[in-house]
Amino acid sequence: MRALAWHGKHDVRVDTVDDPEIVNPRDAIIKITSTAICGSDLHLYDGYIPTMKAGDILGHEFMGEVVETGPKSTLQKGQRVVVPFTISCGSCFHCSKHQYSACENGLPADNQDIAQTAYGHPMAGLFGYSHMTGGYSGGQAEYVRVPFSDVGPIVIPDGVEDEKVLFLSDILPTGWMGAENAQIEPGDTVAVWGCGPVGLFAVQSAFLMGAERVIAIDHFPHRLDLAKRFGAETINFEESKTYEALMEMTGGIGPDACIDCVGLEAHGFFADNVWDQIKVSTFMATDRTHSIRQAILACRKGGRVSMPAVYGGFVDKFPLGAFMEKGLTLKTGQTHVQHYMPGLLNAIMEGKVDTTFLISHRMPLEQAADGYRLFHDKQNIFTKIVLKPGMDLAA
Amino acid sequence: MGDTMTPARDDAPASTSKHGDEAAALAGGPGESVTAKTVTINRPRQELYDYWRTLENLPTFMDNVEEVQELGGGRYHWVVKAPAGAHVEWVARITQDVPGETIAWETEEGADVPNSGRVDFRDAPGGRGTWVTATIAYDPPAGVVGKIVAKLFQREPAIQARRDLRRFKQLMETGEIATAARNLRQLAEEMD
Repeated sequence: MRALAWHGKHDVRVDTVDDPEIVNPRDAIIKITSTAICGSDLHLYDGYIPTMKAGDILGHEFMGEVVETGPKSTLQKGQRVVVPFTISCGSCFHCSKHQYSACENGLPADNQDIAQTAYGHPMAGLFGYSHMTGGYSGGQAEYVRVPFSDVGPIVIPDGVEDEKVLFLSDILPTGWMGAENAQIEPGDTVAVWGCGPVGLFAVQSAFLMGAERVIAIDHFPHRLDLAKRFGAETINFEESKTYEALMEMTGGIGPDACIDCVGLEAHGFFADNVWDQIKVSTFMATDRTHSIRQAILACRKGGRVSMPAVYGGFVDKFPLGAFMEKGLTLKTGQTHVQHYMPGLLNAIMEGKVDTTFLISHRMPLEQAADGYRLFHDKQNIFTKIVLKPGMDLAA
Repeated sequence: MGDTMTPARDDAPASTSKHGDEAAALAGGPGESVTAKTVTINRPRQELYDYWRTLENLPTFMDNVEEVQELGGGRYHWVVKAPAGAHVEWVARITQDVPGETIAWETEEGADVPNSGRVDFRDAPGGRGTWVTATIAYDPPAGVVGKIVAKLFQREPAIQARRDLRRFKQLMETGEIATAARNLRQLAEEMD
């Protein structure tokens, strides 16, 4: 089959590789019909994520048709499914509490050592996201092997087009959980750092959860316009001072809840960030973290900070004093995708959540390497790229 | 409070002691290096004991154990992978067997790698499954050099015990052992 493989920093290629097969009883093989490039794929592309190996197949936002099932799979051939990016067993203690991203059995036993050392505990497996998360082949391919297919994939009703439901795989539940972790109360003003896909879904979710106002922060005008479409007010941090603007826009109180949807590649032209970049390039630190610092400083006293953004390593100059003195609450975590999929599928079917607005470009899988380059270099225009293995090259 | 009172030892397991002598005291039988690990498994104690007590099952989750064969009278013949495609063998006998609780074994004279071990099954607090603790004592093959070689090949028993327990947990909780292998050819390569 053809698949998008990582070969090094800024080097991804569509290669011909061995087809996947049923390996374990609960597996299913999915023929991919749509697969997206995620903002967090750019972390891999930029070489920020350790434990990558040349030839690793990327992709963790995908859907398709069931073409083969293991004896313990509950799926049936021909069904259309969206697959969660988290590989979770459904039967351990954490899965029974719906903490799917903390699944104890999703990672191969040997790979668990890395996360155990780095984080104290192994986490769930992830598709196409380094060997620390299991080394599983991802879905930017013609076919993918899906473990625990009786627990993860959600069956999509006939007649609902791919693009409406594709983002159930990651970014919609991630934005939703980001808003849920902000414990929004009626009347709240919520600030959202980052108007990438997760941020834009967090904006929509915050309003659905009863936020009075949402203030969206980014520096790409097109992305801020998309946030506006959902009723958010905006701050362009290249034009305005974020902390000062947030204070003035909230009568000096600060946002009741702050959601960091930027994560480890936070851009910004500030002194602490420059220092972070120096340290990253000399392996002194792995995470560049301006947005989470700003969220903690701006958040109102006794407020809530939610961090759906991806961080993988260590940071310093974390404003622990502000965090303690103001009595803030911080909630975070990789998304418990399986927990949120059914409710969000309903929300899509009922028209409460709009997902298709996000897609700016569609490309054949064969052009995936171009897709990565464009998504990386032109984020203002390329908000979301969907790759389609079956799409005509000439299209 | 008399001044003869000695400070009580804490409640941490001896296997986590900073003092080697306490860890070594765990070993009842032959073997000088000791490793002990506990894993929580979300299944009933008796079920886990039953699977383990059928020692022929051990190769399904113990990466290096190729075969265990019952010889009768509580004696078992083990064939275990060693570095560089070699094998080591021994006969071990069950020294303690408490249904639902404990299985202990010890190698007989002439073992390639003299070892002893035990696995204990205890109810986890709050009805949250079972604590499974495996304790293994062994004499590293060919002394220190053997241990270095073994470590190079990741066959070092401390690492192996931890990974084997994880695989046991996966098998008992999910009915299969997690692998990233994309197909059967890759799976076969991993098994080598």
